[in-house]
Amino acid sequence: MSAPANAESRRMPAPEELLAYVKHIVTEASPHMREIGAQVVSVEPGRLTFRLDYRPEFVGHPETGVLHGGAVTVLLDSVSGLTAATALRRLVPLATLDLRIDYLRPATPGQAVLAQAHCFKVTRSVAFTRAFAYQDDPDDPIAHCTGSFMLATAGETMASPTLGERQ
Amino acid sequence: MTLEALIRRARTAGDVTAFNQAIPYMRFLGTEFVRDGDGPALKLPFQEKLIGNPNLPALHGGVTGALLESAAIATVILEVDAPKLPKIVNISIDYLRPGRPLDTYAWGRITRLGRRIVNVQAAAWQDARDNPIATASAHFLIS
Repeated sequence: MSAPANAESRRMPAPEELLAYVKHIVTEASPHMREIGAQVVSVEPGRLTFRLDYRPEFVGHPETGVLHGGAVTVLLDSVSGLTAATALRRLVPLATLDLRIDYLRPATPGQAVLAQAHCFKVTRSVAFTRAFAYQDDPDDPIAHCTGSFMLATAGETMASPTLGERQ
Repeated sequence: MTLEALIRRARTAGDVTAFNQAIPYMRFLGTEFVRDGDGPALKLPFQEKLIGNPNLPALHGGVTGALLESAAIATVILEVDAPKLPKIVNISIDYLRPGRPLDTYAWGRITRLGRRIVNVQAAAWQDARDNPIATASAHFLIS
């Protein structure tokens, strides 16, 4: 995806900077993301994919091995929030206003879950996202999620020390 | 003991301690069943590994969502006479304030009980039950 050639695009973080920012948060800065071993699969401004490997401790039904909905919620919340952050011209802190998740089918035990999010609208105060989680086939999702995120006001500090140093 | 037997026993005893222990993800989060003068709750003792944003620091929003979902399930198990593990259909979570690095509690209220679907409103709080950090509305299949 190429950035439009206007004055504002110069403030848009470069693709490698975005990738470094997202990877830093997921694999280093955020204790819970690190704890669950979430991985960054792909990063484009406003479009991210994360992956969560299957682990026995994420199970919600001990007799079937199906994942707990909460584990999927954690992945969808993370990918949606960071997708909203990368959709902005400047990386500012965000607060989740709401998330709504539809669970479409049980996750197949033993398989990783991928979660792909898209930030489809940013206003002055709020960013809106949709995301879905799937295993083998993106056309057969296990969950669908819509989210909204409040943009921090000017003057608040960056969420990431990595990016903060560069600004 | 089968999960169905655990669920039946929890409902009879009014205590989801054994059920909570039987669910791997609830053990992973570290939830505990507690009961005080204001009623039952699922407690999530604070742990550093539950932090999402270390700069604030704040609990991971997904963890708060997972606690709300787990509390809603526990509420259904205690209050609804259905032997199966409630299966989540959807959940809508409103985040009212950041989850501080403190113990967090959550519990639900059955708002509609149908033959196949139950609707639960749940709230998560830290210092006071009437000052929630997040609320959720969820549907579960119970048959």
